[in-house]
Amino acid sequence: MPSDALLQVEALTAHYGPIQALNGISLEVKPGELVAMVGANGAGKTTLLHTLSNVHKSSGGKVIFDGQEITRTAPHKIVQAGICHIPEGRQVFAPLSVEDNLLLGGFTQRKNKAWVEEELAKIYTLFPILKEKRRQAAGTLSGGQQQMLAMGRALLGRPKLLLLDEPSMGLAPLLVAEIFRVVRELNEKGVTILLVEQNAKAALGIADRGYVLETGRVVLSADADELLADEAVQKAYLGH
Amino acid sequence: MFDQILQFLLTGITVGSTYALVGLGFAIIYNASDVVNFSQGEFVMIGGMSAVALSAGDTGLPLWAAAIGAVLITMLVGMALQRFAIAPARGASVVTTIIITIGASIFLRGVALLVWGKDLFALPHFSGEEPIQIGNATILPQSLWVMGGAAALVMGAQYFFNHTTLGKAILACSCNKTAAHLVGINVGIMLLVAYGMSAALGAMAGILVAPITFSSYDTGVMLGLKGFSAAILGGMGNPMGAVAGGLLLGLIESLSAGLISSGYKDAIGFIILLLVLFFRPSGLFGKASVDRV
Repeated sequence: MPSDALLQVEALTAHYGPIQALNGISLEVKPGELVAMVGANGAGKTTLLHTLSNVHKSSGGKVIFDGQEITRTAPHKIVQAGICHIPEGRQVFAPLSVEDNLLLGGFTQRKNKAWVEEELAKIYTLFPILKEKRRQAAGTLSGGQQQMLAMGRALLGRPKLLLLDEPSMGLAPLLVAEIFRVVRELNEKGVTILLVEQNAKAALGIADRGYVLETGRVVLSADADELLADEAVQKAYLGH
Repeated sequence: MFDQILQFLLTGITVGSTYALVGLGFAIIYNASDVVNFSQGEFVMIGGMSAVALSAGDTGLPLWAAAIGAVLITMLVGMALQRFAIAPARGASVVTTIIITIGASIFLRGVALLVWGKDLFALPHFSGEEPIQIGNATILPQSLWVMGGAAALVMGAQYFFNHTTLGKAILACSCNKTAAHLVGINVGIMLLVAYGMSAALGAMAGILVAPITFSSYDTGVMLGLKGFSAAILGGMGNPMGAVAGGLLLGLIESLSAGLISSGYKDAIGFIILLLVLFFRPSGLFGKASVDRV
């Protein structure tokens, strides 16, 4: 199948021991798109992202990124190839300083010091609070600040594709709106994003297209507006 | 009395410097992988013994070359330990990895016994054996080598972890392995680097003290225990705490040997360790972990 997709996933499966968490997922993300993957807790959203980054091994299927198959590529090489993953629960390096966290995000770009410095300055403009707290241990930041830090850290990896896992988790509604505004802004600046969210309304609200995931299967895929208007989706995920 | 105390202090700092280096080795591996490596003492033994072996006889290498060779050999042993004993047990519990490293230390000691026998070996002193007079106390030039070498290595390690990207990447592996993968750090390589560094520190400690304390296949046992005590005394996972713990332990031993009885020096050292753990379970300089979700 010829494709202009940046990320193409074909019949991907993954297991935890005998339990199958992904039942043959196929999806694609085109360059410049913001794609949302929504679904309930336990639908396999986080597993999908972990399998794409290969920190969880897939048991079948294929992942093709930028024309290269990366299904069994080592995690650090996937980052080098341009997929940066903002994990669920932020996963900042708690004892290290905010600035060290960001610089470690640029680990794959460390030979390119000028670029890292320029990008770091951009991230400090995007999230001024991080600049203010740059010498503090990352573990002392609030949840929202840690989310910003995790996003900044991933941006320093120079992503062609950003995988964003549940950024709204545990945040106050006001902060969720702020985070989603930044996600939208990043996408408008040209970063391709695959966003995985339980908060279907917020995610589909900013996305171009969406997929609905249920028990490890894609059950629906359409433009984000269509999904928002879809009766089944409204019933299941939007509480109408 | 004062002169005597000065003498005990000098001896204590010399011995303490070795403990500090072994303790630092413990802290580095613990920081990178949450493994308490009980073969740390064997690194010291292998360093000392291979330096002796490489420099011995008429065809032996000059001392500096033997030292470099011994450090390289020990680093290889350290990395092999990680690759073939620790890495296959990925995800094992702390107790399991401790048992693995104890097993590895028994194995390494056995190999050393087969290769070198039970004899005591000594390296020549680096710069003469003429004691230097300080007040009424004396100090061997080699002791100055031990103190200076330890200070340089500690500062080097400090710089590495606080000011280099590679050092911070190793710390990142320990605080969050998944996140380390996700920012593109090759976690496997970082662990090899940490074990290699830790082995190198142990080997250098072994080479520095070999002229004073001699070396035999089983010198690693007690040094490993003392280094471990230093590391937990200072607070496990705090490299500079381990160094302070090592110096403190050396001083306590030397003072109690001099002022009380040399038969009790190890016991007094361990009793103080137990007291510290009783009143401050995270060690003298350990801090409660900071985490907020």
